[in-house]
Amino acid sequence: MTESVIQLDRLGVRFGKRDILKDLTCTLSGRSIGLLGPNGAGKSTLINTLLGFYPVSSGTAKLLGLDIRTQIKQIRTLVGYMPENDSFIYNMTAVAFIRLMAELSGLPSEAALERAHEALFYVGLGEARYRKLGTYSLGMKQLAKLAQAIVHGPKLLILDEPTNGLDPPARQRMIRLIQEMRDSKDLHVVLCSHLLRDVEETCEEVLILKQGTIVHYSNLEEERRANKKFVEIEASGDEAGFAVALQGLGCECAVAGGNRIKAVLTEGMEIRDIYRVAAERDVQLRRLNYRRDTLEDIFLKAMETETTNGRL
Amino acid sequence: MAVYKRSYKGYAGAYTPEWSRFRVLTRYASRGLFKSKFLTGFFVICLFPFLVTALLIYLNHNGTVLAMLKFGKNVINIDNAFFSRYLQTQIGFAFLLTAFVGPGLISPDLGNNALVLYFCRPFSRTEYVAGKLLVLVKLLSYITWVPGLILFAIESSLSGWSWMISNLYIAVAIVLSSLMMIAVLSLLALALSAWVKWKPVAGALVLGVLFLGTGFGAAVNGIMRTSEGFLFSIPTLIEIVTHALFRQAPLTDLSPLQAFVALLLIAGGCLYLLSRKIKAYEVVR
Repeated sequence: MTESVIQLDRLGVRFGKRDILKDLTCTLSGRSIGLLGPNGAGKSTLINTLLGFYPVSSGTAKLLGLDIRTQIKQIRTLVGYMPENDSFIYNMTAVAFIRLMAELSGLPSEAALERAHEALFYVGLGEARYRKLGTYSLGMKQLAKLAQAIVHGPKLLILDEPTNGLDPPARQRMIRLIQEMRDSKDLHVVLCSHLLRDVEETCEEVLILKQGTIVHYSNLEEERRANKKFVEIEASGDEAGFAVALQGLGCECAVAGGNRIKAVLTEGMEIRDIYRVAAERDVQLRRLNYRRDTLEDIFLKAMETETTNGRL
Repeated sequence: MAVYKRSYKGYAGAYTPEWSRFRVLTRYASRGLFKSKFLTGFFVICLFPFLVTALLIYLNHNGTVLAMLKFGKNVINIDNAFFSRYLQTQIGFAFLLTAFVGPGLISPDLGNNALVLYFCRPFSRTEYVAGKLLVLVKLLSYITWVPGLILFAIESSLSGWSWMISNLYIAVAIVLSSLMMIAVLSLLALALSAWVKWKPVAGALVLGVLFLGTGFGAAVNGIMRTSEGFLFSIPTLIEIVTHALFRQAPLTDLSPLQAFVALLLIAGGCLYLLSRKIKAYEVVR
């Protein structure tokens, strides 16, 4: 059984008389998890609660199997956190700052220095590591924040709006780093963002929040697989015969005027089967598109959902 | 891992004991302090009274030099009042040093939103305050009880074992008075540093609380014809307790116990202020 990364059990957070998070219940176990939601949905509050910054008013949650109410210190040993806002000591050099953070995480001084250099090289700040953080550009500051989050080798990396304020090349670089870390299998990633594209490019699972409740959970990997089966084909030759042949394989087919065919493939059927049938019938395939729900479609549908309770 | 192997890798090495991590903050903060030439110079000046006092103690026991200067033997009475005066001088320097150093300890972390980065690690608020507090404790110790005890040891070595035994309470008074003063001043400086993000203003505020409080207290005493006004004056409160520990005559009608309780309350208030401000995030209700 896959170990859960985040397990929410009727989690509630209340500030004064306001319920910020309401009765959240779900289990997430993906290598990379996206937290989506409009501004004020409770994404950052959820992260801050999981890190023990905000008190839990009801229920509980577990990170990597550890309870946030009773084992927060162990959790913080295993977690790396990149906050949304600028958080630095501006008159320190990057290497000194990252080393300090590593030492506070429990690394011995020499190991902390070594890891600080490695982390800065890894995020691409190797050449600028002796510069003071106050002189860094916005993109460099984001990378430095990422470096401090990974310097102690966490098992879970929590990123709060990591691409905020980045220009397209810097954003691409950040996304690539997140994908690399996710694919390294050494850690899990939780990405909190309101940018659908960032989540779509990096996450396997998505939890969508609205007004402090969970309105949708989506396993993007499964959705991607499921939506692969809807194809649009533009063919030249015996289109009708081609469609019949596809139906013979169990596909639902519709010839949509001209030479266009829409088909829903059966379970287990691959695209190569379409090519094979086309070759057998001597039909030219001019165009073949997958049509799938984008994360934007999923998100917009979720936003239309009424928020009744926080359970999945 | 060599730097050219740029791939993510977890950490599998050893960890430092949890209890020792607060000293990391102390080490980093102390390292930055003496980059300031002004502070380094001032710290050296703070040690002048120690050198002068050590010289006086030595001369007091050196008959040849005293004869050359046409003084009799043991011209200075080295007793509790002597050490008390020395410590009061050092406490004055300690006020100024605290005002220079204290505000730079927490306000930059708050101003740069750095607290969240400390507390997302296995590092508690208590450890954070302890780490910052230790910077001031070490610095102020170097100019108060450490040199005070050295002076006591010098005098003991020159006057003999019996003097040391009969005046042992002076050594205890030096340590207790200094530690009490250090605790109150450090907490006050940290609390003000936590609430005022601008370093120069926080420094001015530390001095303001110390010296304007004294003025306000004197005004209260004058108008109300009472001694309770001293409760507003941290330097006077420290002096009252110090006098009692050195077994000197009381300075005011305010008892040492009252002064000590007032100092305890001030320290408690500072801890409360720190607990309100030292957080990863403010909760907006």
